[in-house]
Amino acid sequence: MKAVCWEGTKKIEVETVPDPKIINPRDAIVKITSTAICGSDLHLYNGYNPTMKPGDILGHEFMGEIVELGSAFKNGNIHNKGKALAVGDRVVVPFTISCGGCFFCNRSLWSLCDNSNPNAWMAEEMMGHSPSGLFGYSHLTGGYAGGQAEYARVPFADVGLFKIPDGLADEQVLFFTDIFPTGYMAAENCDIEPGDTVAIWGCGPVGQFAIRSAFMLGAGRVIAIDRVPERLQMAKDGGAEILNYEEVEVGEALKEMTGGRGPDSVMDAVGMEAHGLGLEGFYDKAKQAVRLETDRPNALRQAIVACRKGGTVSVPGVYTGFVDKMPMGAFMNKGLTMKTGQTHVHRYLQTLLDRVQNGDIDPSFVITHRLMLEQAPQGYEIFNDKQDNCIKIVLKP
Amino acid sequence: MNQPIKVEKTLTINKPAAELYRFWHNFENLPHFMKHLKNVKVYDAKRSHWTTSGPLNVTVEWDAEITEDRENELIAWASVEGADVNNSGFIRFQPNPNGRGTEVKVVTEYKPLGGEIGNAIAKLFGESPKQQLGDDLRRFKMLMETGEIATTEGQPKGHNRS
Repeated sequence: MKAVCWEGTKKIEVETVPDPKIINPRDAIVKITSTAICGSDLHLYNGYNPTMKPGDILGHEFMGEIVELGSAFKNGNIHNKGKALAVGDRVVVPFTISCGGCFFCNRSLWSLCDNSNPNAWMAEEMMGHSPSGLFGYSHLTGGYAGGQAEYARVPFADVGLFKIPDGLADEQVLFFTDIFPTGYMAAENCDIEPGDTVAIWGCGPVGQFAIRSAFMLGAGRVIAIDRVPERLQMAKDGGAEILNYEEVEVGEALKEMTGGRGPDSVMDAVGMEAHGLGLEGFYDKAKQAVRLETDRPNALRQAIVACRKGGTVSVPGVYTGFVDKMPMGAFMNKGLTMKTGQTHVHRYLQTLLDRVQNGDIDPSFVITHRLMLEQAPQGYEIFNDKQDNCIKIVLKP
Repeated sequence: MNQPIKVEKTLTINKPAAELYRFWHNFENLPHFMKHLKNVKVYDAKRSHWTTSGPLNVTVEWDAEITEDRENELIAWASVEGADVNNSGFIRFQPNPNGRGTEVKVVTEYKPLGGEIGNAIAKLFGESPKQQLGDDLRRFKMLMETGEIATTEGQPKGHNRS
C-alpha cells in the first residue's frame, strides 16, 4: 500500500510499504477513505520529537471501512465486553488508543490508558508515567503506524472504532478522530458558566472547534487571538471577536474588552511552537534551537497573565518537554486552575455525532484543501508555511 | 563482583488478587509475558524446569522450587542446586484497600557468574534488569487487563531509511 512516511526533519515521502496485518486478537484493519494532516503533525515535521524514526508512518486523523477483524471478534469472546463490529462497517478511528479495561479507561480517561503504549518505559522516564498509545505520533507514544495511508491496523478496535450512520459524508465526521473532540474538551475544560467570556490563543483547526464548542457550552463571548488573517476571519465567522497579536498588545486589549476584569477562562490552543514577539520570543527561539528548552510557551504565559482572578486555564496545545519562565506567581496568586491532557476522544463521540445530526455544526467548515494522498509532502509544506490560506488539509487515498 | 543483583517493581492491576494469583501460579504461563523466558515445564506442585533463550543461541536452564505459597497472596520460588545461575524471586498480591485493583510487587534476585556463561547471562538480563522486570510485569498487566499484549512488532514501515 501507499503510506506517508517521516524520513527526517521536513522530509516527508509517500512510499510503497507492506499492507498491515492483524497482530492481536482485538485488532481490526481499516481501509482508509479519508485522512487529514493535524497541526500537531507539524511538530513532528519540524523535528521537535526526538523519538521519531525514519520510515515511521504518519497520521492520526483517519476513517474508513473495516476490511478485517481479529480472532476476538470471530469467536464472540471480546474482552471487556467491547462493541460488536463487522467487516464492512464504516467507522472513525480515535487518535488515542485505549484498552477499555484499565483504571483509567474505566474512568473515561481514555487518553491515559495504562495498556496501549508498548514503549511506556520511555514515557515513564520522561514524564513519570505514560499516556496512552497514539497513532502515528512517535515512539514515545508507542510507535504505532499512522493513518495517512491506504490501510491501517487498529488495536483494541472493539473499544475505539465508532460506527457512523448512513447519510453523513466523510468530511462531516472525519474530525471526530481528533480536532473536534479536542476543541470540545478544551472548551469543557474552561468550566464555562452561562455568559462567560473565553479567550482562545490560536485559531488553527483546534482553536476553530474550540470557539464553536465554547458557544455550544454556554459562553457569552469568545475572543480569538492569532496573526493569520484567514484564520482570524474563520474565527469571526464562528462568532468570535478577534485580536491580531501583531497589531495590538493582547493583554491590554483583553482588559479593555472585559471591563478590566479579564476573561473568565483562557485557552492555549497553540502549544510548543508558539511565535513570540520581541525579546521574549527571541529568548525562547534561541534556547529551543540549542535544546536548552524544548517547548516555546509564549501563548501559555500570556494566557495566564491575562486570565481573570480565580479563572481557568485550558491547554489543548501540545507540549512534550520543558518550558522556561512560567509565570507561577501570577498563576498562584490569582488562584487559577489549569486543565489539560491529550483528548479523551472516546468520551465525546456520541455527543458530537448528535450535535452534527441535530445540525448544530457542520465540521467540514474548517477544510481549505483537499489533496490526494500522494500529494502529502506538498500538503505538509503548505500547511506548515501557511501558504495559500491553508487551514486544514484532507487527504484522499 | 559476584554480588547478587536484586531488582523489584510494583504495579497496580485492575483485577482481583485471586485471578492474578491463579494465572501466575501456573509457571507455564510465564513465557507469555516474560520476554527472555522460552519455556517452563511444571513437574509437580513444587518443582519446575525453566529455560531462557538469550543472544547467540545461548540457553540458560535451571530447576526451580516453590519455597513459599500463600493462596491469593504470595508465591516465592528459588532455583535448586545445580542451576546454571542461582536465582530466586517472589510475587506478592495485595488488594488495594479501597477496592481499586491489586497492588502487585515482584522481587527477583540472581547471582551473576564470571566467565563465558556469566557474560551470556549478563546479556540475557540486559543492561537494565530493572527495566526488563518492569516491562515483563507491565506485559503481565496488559495480558490480565486486556487479554493481549500491546505491540507494534510486525507492522509496516517505510524503507527509505536515511
